[in-house]
Amino acid sequence: MIGNSETFQVSTPSDREIAMTRVFNAPRELVFEAMTKPELIRQWLLGPPGWTMPVCEVDLRIGGAYRYVWRNQQGADMGMGGVFREIDPPTRIVQIERFDQCWNPGEAVGTLDLIERAGKTYLTLTVLYESKDARDIALKTPMDKGISASYNRLEELLAAERMAR
Amino acid sequence: MEISESPTLDATFAALADPTRRAILARLASGEATVMELAEPFALSQPAISKHLKVLERAGLISRGRDAQRRPSRLQPEPLAEANQWLEGYRQFWESRFHRLDALLDKMQASPPRKSRKKS
Repeated sequence: MIGNSETFQVSTPSDREIAMTRVFNAPRELVFEAMTKPELIRQWLLGPPGWTMPVCEVDLRIGGAYRYVWRNQQGADMGMGGVFREIDPPTRIVQIERFDQCWNPGEAVGTLDLIERAGKTYLTLTVLYESKDARDIALKTPMDKGISASYNRLEELLAAERMAR
Repeated sequence: MEISESPTLDATFAALADPTRRAILARLASGEATVMELAEPFALSQPAISKHLKVLERAGLISRGRDAQRRPSRLQPEPLAEANQWLEGYRQFWESRFHRLDALLDKMQASPPRKSRKKS
């Protein structure tokens, strides 16, 4: 299982995109399920250590909305959401992505593609941003950096330590 | 919230967005080369290669020799390292999520939910 980390690649195929590819040891129906059912999303789509995910709502239909909110121990929220543009289980989802925070401006289009080969799922997740600037900000700002002003670095380290034990 | 701007990083990503320029960098990773040497394997004209080299030079990804005749290009690793650092931070953040997804998928396969997966 741990070997799958080596299949993980992040690239910038164009100056407005970020693409991720990764392999999972499961049929794609399961991966699709894990990526679309709130009770399952909550178990993996988390923020940095110590963050909870109090809001996870998914209305899985074209035009339906989804909304995620993460919260740190100081009560600072980080939210994102959007609507589904394309749903083709278990192979493809296209969704609009918009972050609440102003540091991550504008709308992006996220495309998930799942290909199954020999019982393994090959995931590609591509996000197309409005501009190169927006893409660069997203790239420089995994959640833990974007909210650093309200976030105590030491707490994060301690939380990470606890998780590691 | 202020995000520290890095013009170098912007220029780096812009320069790296083009497949020919990435190929040129890959070639230069094995040693310096002249425009003529670079043009050959890419089936591009020397002016076309020169244009790409200019973009790479502006992004600080390569430097060019003084020799007016040859002006060999060589790789400058620092901006690439900076770009990699951003990608690496992003990668680590998502890998921790995907690692949890691995564990969840294992769990789902070990104990299928109440409804069996009928549709395939």
